Amino acid sequence: MEYGFTTAAYVVAAVLFILSLGGLSGQESAKRAVWYGIVGMALAVAATLYGPGAGYWWLSALLIAVGGALGWGVAQRVQMTEMPQLVAAMHSLVGLAAVFIGYNTQIEMAGIAALQAAGDADALTALSGFAHKIAEKSGAAIAILRVETFLGVFIGAVTFTGSVIAYGKLAGKVDGKAKKLPGGHLLNAAAAAISVVLLVVYLQNGSSLALIIMTVAALFIGYHLIMGIGGADMPVVVSMLNSYSGWAAAAIGFSLSNDLLIVVGALVGSSGAILSYIMCKAMNRSFISVILGGFGGTTGPAMEVTGEQIAIDADGVAAALNDADSVIIIPGYGMAVAQAQQSVSELTRKLRAKGKNVRFAIHPVAGRLPGHMNVLLAEAKVPYDIVLEMDEINEDFPETDVAIVIGSNDIVNPAAQEDANSPIAGMPVLECWKAKQVFVSKRGQGTGYSGIENPLFYKENTRMFYGDAKKSIDALLPMIE
Amino acid sequence: MKIGAPREIFEGENRVAMTPDSALQLQKLGHSCVIEAGAGIKAGFSDASYQKAGVEIVNTAADLFAAADVVVKVRGPEMSEVERLRQGQTLISFFWPAQNPELLEAAKDRGATVVAMDMVPRISRAQKMDALSSMANIAGYRAVIEAGNNFGRFFTGQVTAAGKVPPAKVLIVGAGVAGLAAIGTAVSLGAIVNAFDVRPEVAEQIESMGANFVFLEFEASQDGAATGGYAAPSSPEFREKQLAKFRELAPDMDIVITTALIPGRPAPKLWTEDMVAMMKPGSVIVDLAAERGGNCDLTVPDEKIVTENGVTIVGYTDFPSRMAAQASTLYSTNIRHMLTDLTPKKDGVINHNMEDDVIRGATVAHQGAVTYPPPPPKVAAIAAAKPKEKPKELTPEEKRAQEAAAFKAETRNQFILLGVGGALILLAGLFAPASFMSHFIVFVLSCFVGFQVIWNVSHSLHTPLMAVTNAISSIIILGALMQIGSGSFLVIVLAALSVFMAGINIFGGFMVTRRMLAMFQKS
Repeated sequence: MEYGFTTAAYVVAAVLFILSLGGLSGQESAKRAVWYGIVGMALAVAATLYGPGAGYWWLSALLIAVGGALGWGVAQRVQMTEMPQLVAAMHSLVGLAAVFIGYNTQIEMAGIAALQAAGDADALTALSGFAHKIAEKSGAAIAILRVETFLGVFIGAVTFTGSVIAYGKLAGKVDGKAKKLPGGHLLNAAAAAISVVLLVVYLQNGSSLALIIMTVAALFIGYHLIMGIGGADMPVVVSMLNSYSGWAAAAIGFSLSNDLLIVVGALVGSSGAILSYIMCKAMNRSFISVILGGFGGTTGPAMEVTGEQIAIDADGVAAALNDADSVIIIPGYGMAVAQAQQSVSELTRKLRAKGKNVRFAIHPVAGRLPGHMNVLLAEAKVPYDIVLEMDEINEDFPETDVAIVIGSNDIVNPAAQEDANSPIAGMPVLECWKAKQVFVSKRGQGTGYSGIENPLFYKENTRMFYGDAKKSIDALLPMIE
Repeated sequence: MKIGAPREIFEGENRVAMTPDSALQLQKLGHSCVIEAGAGIKAGFSDASYQKAGVEIVNTAADLFAAADVVVKVRGPEMSEVERLRQGQTLISFFWPAQNPELLEAAKDRGATVVAMDMVPRISRAQKMDALSSMANIAGYRAVIEAGNNFGRFFTGQVTAAGKVPPAKVLIVGAGVAGLAAIGTAVSLGAIVNAFDVRPEVAEQIESMGANFVFLEFEASQDGAATGGYAAPSSPEFREKQLAKFRELAPDMDIVITTALIPGRPAPKLWTEDMVAMMKPGSVIVDLAAERGGNCDLTVPDEKIVTENGVTIVGYTDFPSRMAAQASTLYSTNIRHMLTDLTPKKDGVINHNMEDDVIRGATVAHQGAVTYPPPPPKVAAIAAAKPKEKPKELTPEEKRAQEAAAFKAETRNQFILLGVGGALILLAGLFAPASFMSHFIVFVLSCFVGFQVIWNVSHSLHTPLMAVTNAISSIIILGALMQIGSGSFLVIVLAALSVFMAGINIFGGFMVTRRMLAMFQKS
């Protein structure tokens, strides 16, 4: 009876989770969708606390309350520009939880195996909850349980260290450049090979030692893999880790025979996988080449960039903006770094008040997180219906008077189209150089995150508006009449 | 070297080949300048202004020809002027060597070098000395002004208290430099402008100036780029098509400006008598090709006539000269650029480099020899227009066949995928226990649902998506909750830690998602 109720609650929760993800197809329905998610989670937790196998429910409730308060506080205080770090940090928690739960399963299994070996029938029947379920499993089921546990711990451990490193890179606490230990991917391959060998060992005798050594290897893989990926690829990494955290949950779900865990894990896992795919597509790179770090090999010398970067001051930009009828703003990570979104929003408001057509062009990989720019602009109260995707707006550049590039570089690099030898050749880019006039707000003369020279800066219709993005835009504001 | 500009002796010619400004620039090249008294008067440049610019003034043409090493002129020379040339002297002016072989012969016999401004090749580098273009530009502008002068209405449509005025409808035939200039002028005056050209590739230029391109449905349109950017004669069939189109347009048009010229031939007759008859009284035709016989049947060169049905036909041939000040400024600048190229070291010494494409092309007589016609320039005038790749029109059968093939391929792919996937699952089913398989079904279906649902998530909501998936992936808390109640102390500690961490995640994830979503606002 009790068990049936829990399952029923799980079914409802699973449906709610699916609706919650599906609701994100539009801004308005999304506001409702998040409530589906919250209700689904509450239902699932309540049903589990009430259902079989749970004990110490007061302790659980207390821990959830304390953890929840902590999470609530962080969520209230976090700056929108810090969103990538926050997401990465949260992934690491899921990863670590998966490792712990996998260990618990192992401890239980080891304990029961010992009891069975001792032939202690009384003790076996006295077992309750989760341990009871394990005790009932046959030999084949135990083997499968071991594989599941092993996988759950492995994915969880990779997710944990990977997310911690991603967090460090995004928060600027770890150097953003791609770094590898001597040996490079051989080390990763070796660690993976060790894990496979340990899986076989673990299947044979269920030794805890094998599991622990594997955990260390997996932790190393997570660390080393993400260390080797540069800052510009972070959107892919974060969505990949998102995916991993889902698969870890699914693997744990298998080991615990919990369908809701499996369902949610699979949903999250496929969500992250699709996001990674979209990000890779937006950079015209294969998933493998992103994960292996660094840009793919170039096929020849890059095209010579000729001309010079011509600087312009705020007066010039303001004059051009005052004359323009249509303006497209292309924000990038630089805008987030300089916290310039409020100033950009104010500029947009002023220009729109004068009847100009102001729009935003967002490249899928702008920023360090999928959709990062949208969130920042939304925070600054830029209406979302003037914030457009690359495909929606790319054809409008030739009819645009002024394009303003704020802190983006590679996503507006014409070399992707013009230079077959460029490392980013073929990557879809925003064709802002087709606008009549382009202003690039940039801290100084230098290449972007990827270190690729950008011919846009040398084009005849491009003017460089050097300086901190926020200060530059603030200087413009009083001049827009 | 001494550069001299005589007074133009052609009747009605007001332009002059040297202005005070260009004289100053020439002096910077190391040359000295001389001008015949009164040469610039008709263009608005007094002798005093020349003197101020450091130009020497001589009284007669004879004196000027004697004094100057290089004579610059606008109109081609008359025989009397050619006879004044001497050995080694250079003449720079329009010359039309194809039409004036005897003048060319005479100049050669006198040993003079002749640089014909009308022979400057049409390459990018030579644009600054392309006097034909700069004069055509003026002609195009003036043609519209001349038309407006003879047209009794506004160009622009207006709704006034005194009634409604329809906009003037203008047709411009030939979109060369003059045609484009006319389009620009007429458009900026507010007229509705249609333009026609036999070269389909200029449609874009016409539209960029704000006019409608009169499209002619015709298969084998010629490639104008092959003839140095000029038009070539068209086939009789094409001509018929073209005239039919014009007949269709004629009753509607208030102003027609024809600029069609084919190099080295009389102007093509494009506006026939019957078209003129169809036009409304008060309409104006300006024929910029009048000098070569005119595009209109009724054009009388150098005259303005009014037909029986009240259509004014302007056949002036001296449009640039009618704007002498502007024309002289531009022409003298063209001349100055030519001299800059002839004086590469800027030391006042002319180096007539016959290896140079531009100089070679423009020089028609040099060192006692006729050097016309020039060899073809090394640089093509205009990059040959790439033939437009037209996607082949598929017949319905072909289309259907293609669709069927695509459908087949897709079906095959899906079958293969399903087959392989199914086989793998069956294989797993052979070995795995039933309990595992029931979970496995849930897993596979969930992945499917996930893929279907996530594709619909809008791009701008990817960050909230990550945050919310993050929150719900803390469903892992269920595992911890199930384990916390059983087993050893270590299990309880680990499970409790997991519950704690998942708790952070659940609340943090949902909260931050809500915060983000609340920020998305419609304008």
